[in-house]
Amino acid sequence: MNQMQNFTKGFFKENPVFVMLLGMCPALAVTNSAVNGLGMGLATTFVLVMSNFVISLIKNLIPSKVRIPTFIVVIASFVTIVDLSMAGFLPGLHEQLGIFIPLIVVNCVVLGRAEAFASKNTLGSSIVDGLGMGLGFAMALTMLGAVREIFGNYSFFGYKFIDADGILVFILSPGAFIALGFLIALVNQITKKAKA
Amino acid sequence: MAKKESTFLNMFLTLLIVTAISSLAASAVYNLTKGPIAEVARLKQQKAIEQVMPGFTSYNEFKVMPETGKDSLIFFKAFKGEEEIGVAINSYTYVGYSGLIKIMVGFQPDGAIENVEVLVQKETPGLGTKMAEPKFKDQFVGKNLADFNNHEILVTKDGGVIDAITAATITSRAFCDAVNRAYRALEENKKENK
Repeated sequence: MNQMQNFTKGFFKENPVFVMLLGMCPALAVTNSAVNGLGMGLATTFVLVMSNFVISLIKNLIPSKVRIPTFIVVIASFVTIVDLSMAGFLPGLHEQLGIFIPLIVVNCVVLGRAEAFASKNTLGSSIVDGLGMGLGFAMALTMLGAVREIFGNYSFFGYKFIDADGILVFILSPGAFIALGFLIALVNQITKKAKA
Repeated sequence: MAKKESTFLNMFLTLLIVTAISSLAASAVYNLTKGPIAEVARLKQQKAIEQVMPGFTSYNEFKVMPETGKDSLIFFKAFKGEEEIGVAINSYTYVGYSGLIKIMVGFQPDGAIENVEVLVQKETPGLGTKMAEPKFKDQFVGKNLADFNNHEILVTKDGGVIDAITAATITSRAFCDAVNRAYRALEENKKENK
């Protein structure tokens, strides 16, 4: 597999949300607007790239029986660093995303890539993998957020196009499941056609 | 390079080293960002006071313990030159849909509300978060709680004058609760100073 395929697999073939159904907790909880989805996706991308980088670097030094605790400690450290740095130096952005940042620690996409990819592959591939998976995750969350925002609040990235209250259920948690279900069906349909 | 074997000593040392480095990195970043974070919080508070008490030049800060509630309220007595133009009160409530809500309420010297500003909230985005929008919070502007029963401002569902946010009555009630707490503390404070 060349690096280009390695990068693009995160978007469709192995998209963490639409295909692998990983990281459902943040994908459903924070996507009530497109901006929230995008912000959470990008913050996750950063942590994913950094943790893949470090874990790939130290993969040969970790005894396999304690690899999971080690991965979690590495991931948690990066999340803490991101959280504190954003609070101090990018207060505006942190106010928007503050409550989602600590959630990244328990995002199984990050741990999943560490376990399934970074601990077995070279440094370069791991970084590319983290970037591709992270951006694929961000894309999925933004799409989900956009759909829910469009129907739930009649707005797109905060720009209101109908001045009325939206269909409430899309903002609430059941709407997240409904929207996700339809998006997965759509993505399946597209990939099926692409194969045929 | 071969993988390290999972002997007890290897596992112990690996975890020890990894956690030690992680905690060192985290505490270094904490120390580095402590100053900027405190500065951001101070600026935010300053801005909130400015919003609810426009035109103040200096303020006196002191804490007041309310009769009900677990935490003290922070009073900012605002002055324009020598003249007292009102009090901004950092108030809170625990009955929000997601718990804690903190607001800054500005009272004119006669007790009428000058303005309200949301400081901290974790309400449902798209529903409860609408309390920070002018459509909801501007309803409080100019109201004097002394005009109401029991000196309490309430949503229309509870017989009050505030139109609750659609599908976020709990948040609207909590917002009123925080305003009421600030007003009660203000009244008590006035009595004590007489």
